[in-house]
Amino acid sequence: MGKTITEKIFDAHLADEPFTGTKVLRLDAVLCHEITTPIAIADLVWRKKDRVFDPSKIKAVIDHVTPAKDSKSALQGKIMREWAARNGIRDFFDIGSNGVCHALFPEKGFIRPGFTVIMGDSHTCTHGAFGAFAAGVGTTDLEVGILKGVCAFRQPTTIRVEVTGALPRGVYAKDVILDIIRRLTVNGATDRILEFTGTTVAAMSMEERMTLSNMAIEAGATSGLCMPDRVTLDYLWPFVAGDFGGDKAKALADYQRWWSDPDAPYESTLAIDATALEPVATVGYKPDQVKKLAELEKEKVRVDQVYIGSCTNGRISDLRIAAAVTKGRKLAPGTRGILCPATPAIYRAALHEGLLDIFMDAGYVVTNPTCGACLGMSNGVLAKGEACASTTNRNFNGRMGKGGMVHLVSPASAAASGVAGHLVDPRAFL
Amino acid sequence: MKTFGGRTLFLDRSDINTDEIIPAKYLTEVDKDALGPHLLEDLALPGFDPKAARKGTVGVIVTRANFGCGSSREHAPWALEVNGITVVIAESFARIFRQNMFNGGMLAIELPAATIGELFAAFAGSASAACTVDLDAKKLRMEGEGRSAEYAFTLSPFDEALVGSGGWVEFADARY
Repeated sequence: MGKTITEKIFDAHLADEPFTGTKVLRLDAVLCHEITTPIAIADLVWRKKDRVFDPSKIKAVIDHVTPAKDSKSALQGKIMREWAARNGIRDFFDIGSNGVCHALFPEKGFIRPGFTVIMGDSHTCTHGAFGAFAAGVGTTDLEVGILKGVCAFRQPTTIRVEVTGALPRGVYAKDVILDIIRRLTVNGATDRILEFTGTTVAAMSMEERMTLSNMAIEAGATSGLCMPDRVTLDYLWPFVAGDFGGDKAKALADYQRWWSDPDAPYESTLAIDATALEPVATVGYKPDQVKKLAELEKEKVRVDQVYIGSCTNGRISDLRIAAAVTKGRKLAPGTRGILCPATPAIYRAALHEGLLDIFMDAGYVVTNPTCGACLGMSNGVLAKGEACASTTNRNFNGRMGKGGMVHLVSPASAAASGVAGHLVDPRAFL
Repeated sequence: MKTFGGRTLFLDRSDINTDEIIPAKYLTEVDKDALGPHLLEDLALPGFDPKAARKGTVGVIVTRANFGCGSSREHAPWALEVNGITVVIAESFARIFRQNMFNGGMLAIELPAATIGELFAAFAGSASAACTVDLDAKKLRMEGEGRSAEYAFTLSPFDEALVGSGGWVEFADARY
């Protein structure tokens, strides 16, 4: 019997199996941000073990609340800053170079096919887009990762998600993953790995694949992987060319050894015909409560705020799509718009391409890269009774502010809804 | 090792997420005790008063499926822990939440849906429902208003080792 990509990565990183089925893996990257890391740092200090297993394998960023909004968030940043300095962590990103972790770290080339990656953040599954095993963990797992460079997982079981066909006009990776979550439900993939395959995924850019993998956790999945291929290689080439002596064929062959075997074991396969998909939005407090925008449009579901950003959809291709919809139009009266490019590089590209002008002309505010609004911490918190068309990944009750409602949508649908003032099908705006 | 058991709070809903257990606005705290007063503050459950879970009132929560879904924040189990709740019994858990419970030496016990249904039917209406946990025998006993019931549960060897050693840091530090 063959092996899945995840089984191959587990085999290559197995450090210990203290009990049957408990796999302790060596880690290639331990990612850290200022919300879940400070308490791990404090515990390490308290245990007199203030050290890191390998400073070159630890990447850290202040991203959730930045610049600091109050004394408490300022203290979290200070703890991170001082810890990174005293432990020789060179890849530390602070104001001026910081951005949303799951957009920033891939952009820096830190995630490679076959890697094992953890972070104290549930959307760490994003990095599965590179053919890496990347999983969100709690602070205790993070602490052990920082100190020992290992993390324990159960023997993986994989659900294969095969998406085939060309995406119809107005349908994006976000609509695909929302449809997958609708079908799987919010715990349909708990303790499972999602493997995204099929012609649709093969044709996707890395940014689109990151949107898919980002929301694997919303179906409960541990990670969501795509096979590392030519698209992956082209994205990573500036960082990896030297490793392969500039030989792309050699690099591709190396990446392909991670691919799931044709006879690999899957628990089940979910087949999706991409050509039949439509633009969608969530209505409710769970990400599997997904409806077609063509139908929702008739209900005139009010939108008080539009948010374009986050680790799901805050990348340059997302901004380009939203800008194309917004160009020459204005936000509806009574609807406010927030654009949050996910990293400084994305911000700069959007500036140079004239995208920021398009958004600002429409009435948007452009904020610095941060996670803030997505989880109701800063930069766009909702009031009770307000609704937001958001390109983020979670619509839990209170997520963007107590008493607020979040409608998860693609960047095109968010931008179109901002112009209309209510949830709309973006196809009329393309 | 922690102690397990006590008065029991029933939360009759599936998919209770970690934002509901501890809202993100409190994640700027770097002291676990500061999370205590905000436990379950945003839980959407008709008739539920978050004060019912406050410090010293309960030791055990019984709930439905997929408890602890969403954000990876270990602030969720910490918010339970600082209020004296070290056991959650559910049909199922989100992976990260369950691991966080055992990583901190606490118990996330899974029981079949039918058993959870029995517990709700027999004890959820009792203000005095209380649970004792026999970790050696892997049995839990629920009592309330003159009724009692006993159920066997299982723990994986790894989860049991984490509880026995006090958590994952202790386990990993001794071994790696």
